[in-house]
Amino acid sequence: MPERYLLDFEEPMRRIRHQIREMEDWSDRDPEYTKNEIKRLEDQEKRLSDEIYSNLTSWQRVQIARHPQRPHTLDYIKKMTTDFIELHGDRKTGDDPAMVAGFAKIGDIPVAVIGQQKGHDNESRIKRNFGMPNPEGYRKALRIMKLAEKFSRPVLSFVDTPGAFPGIEAEEHGQGEAIARNLMEMSMLQTPIIVTIIGEGGSGGALGIGVGDKIVMLENSWYSVIAPESCAMILMRSTEKKDKLTESLKLTAQDLKKLGLIDNIIKEPVGGAHNDPDLVAKRLKADILKILPELMKTSGTNLVKQRIHKFKAMGRWSE
Amino acid sequence: MSWLETMKKSFHIGSRGEVPGGIWVKCETCGAILLRDRLIENLWVCDKCEYHFRITPNEYVELLFDKNTFSELFASVKDIDFLRFVDTKKYYQRIKTARSSTGFNSAIITGTGKIDGHKVASGMMDFRFIGGSLSSSVGEKIVRLADYAIDKKLPVIMITQSGGARMQESTTALMQMAKASAAIGLLAEAKLPYIVILTNPTTGGVTASFAMLGDIHFAEPKALIGFAGPRVIKEAMKCELPEGFQKSQFLLEHGYCDKIVSRHHMKTEVSKVLGLLMD
Repeated sequence: MPERYLLDFEEPMRRIRHQIREMEDWSDRDPEYTKNEIKRLEDQEKRLSDEIYSNLTSWQRVQIARHPQRPHTLDYIKKMTTDFIELHGDRKTGDDPAMVAGFAKIGDIPVAVIGQQKGHDNESRIKRNFGMPNPEGYRKALRIMKLAEKFSRPVLSFVDTPGAFPGIEAEEHGQGEAIARNLMEMSMLQTPIIVTIIGEGGSGGALGIGVGDKIVMLENSWYSVIAPESCAMILMRSTEKKDKLTESLKLTAQDLKKLGLIDNIIKEPVGGAHNDPDLVAKRLKADILKILPELMKTSGTNLVKQRIHKFKAMGRWSE
Repeated sequence: MSWLETMKKSFHIGSRGEVPGGIWVKCETCGAILLRDRLIENLWVCDKCEYHFRITPNEYVELLFDKNTFSELFASVKDIDFLRFVDTKKYYQRIKTARSSTGFNSAIITGTGKIDGHKVASGMMDFRFIGGSLSSSVGEKIVRLADYAIDKKLPVIMITQSGGARMQESTTALMQMAKASAAIGLLAEAKLPYIVILTNPTTGGVTASFAMLGDIHFAEPKALIGFAGPRVIKEAMKCELPEGFQKSQFLLEHGYCDKIVSRHHMKTEVSKVLGLLMD
């Protein structure tokens, strides 16, 4: 197993982990002594970890959502489904590696899957454009969703993006139009859509595949109108106060559930999904399989009616 | 007023709205010094470079609607500071300031009126109201406007002018993009024309939702229209942006705008389209 990458607030764990490793190396020489010592250190690690993770700030959750070892869309597809076939291209301009799409089976149910894809090392991160789709990505996702509607298959959407790519070509190819089209088409799509925010839910780029009948969030993912540090730059002209501003943005799964903008939260293992991806995939799969049958029983027309009603109810104003 | 003060005042060159008494205005694009009264007569269009100064919903009502036919709808829908959001100022303070400076309750004015006798429903955004940003009240008013139009079988004319989604309402503001787009979807299903007039600037979450979903897109000349802001793109790409990037002409060339229409012809063109699509 590769050494775990530690986030800044996890630094106190580094020393204890180092001590545990040293002890383990020493264990042939004095098994009895090292066993006790390891036990003691592990208890200490547990206490420290409880202290660190039981009161995570919003900014710390944002950091976990961006953890370099966090599982991404293809990991979940691999762990949760069978018979996956990835389909490529928007049939207009090209194929966007920052968005994956295709069909697969979850349990016995054939479904369409779409999602932003990040890389796991430098090379693949660049190839996947850090999970920031271009218009071609949104159009590919829409193409697969329209196929899902045509063949009466539910759509599973996995959201994990810092945002849609802000590039010259992206603008030339109509980034705004591509996202807008998806929002409208997803509102009107006559087949069930379950959206899961698995990591970063960055703004319009996330929402571009984020309209659905049920919105699920992993415990340590975030979903906001803007990335917290960009918000701090625009509103405060500095990222110094990003911790406080992240709190105000109410972007955690817990906050959004309270605000009524999402439906379910999937619990992650202590420290984040990267500590046990199989467990998170298992929990998410169980949740989706619980939600799906009810949605599949509902007619397309009623699904659309309910979905539009759900989104129309979002917002706070007075009269 | 002393002679000197009078002179100072008459030579003060301000941008629009900034110097109520100034008689000269500097063009924000070409830098020409323009006589305010002539500029007003010319519908706030620079006669040197065709730049369209930003105008308010009140002025669009004058420009587009037959005399005394416009009546406002849903005017009482107001923004509230439900997150108690504070950046350099408190959000509720920003709302208060915007309300008193514009006389409106929201960054969009909705209503109904006649354009050359065609009855329409219309939404007009106001950049002065917290950058015309998309808030819950804006989303709600667009939904009501679309529902109203469907009920009365009216086309919808939307004038966009916005920096994007309202950051102070966070994810709730983001959801307004979906909410407004769903409303436009219902309008499309009812086969009612939806005409968007893109004005300077239309960016971010507004571009990525109801601004880019029109059956017909008109744009005022030289307006900035795009998803990501030019500064953000410049930073991400680490290069200079091409001349005219994200301006109306750029959208026309790339296929995202049907026609660039100057303010002087806007009413005629909208009316022409309505005549061709309705009745």
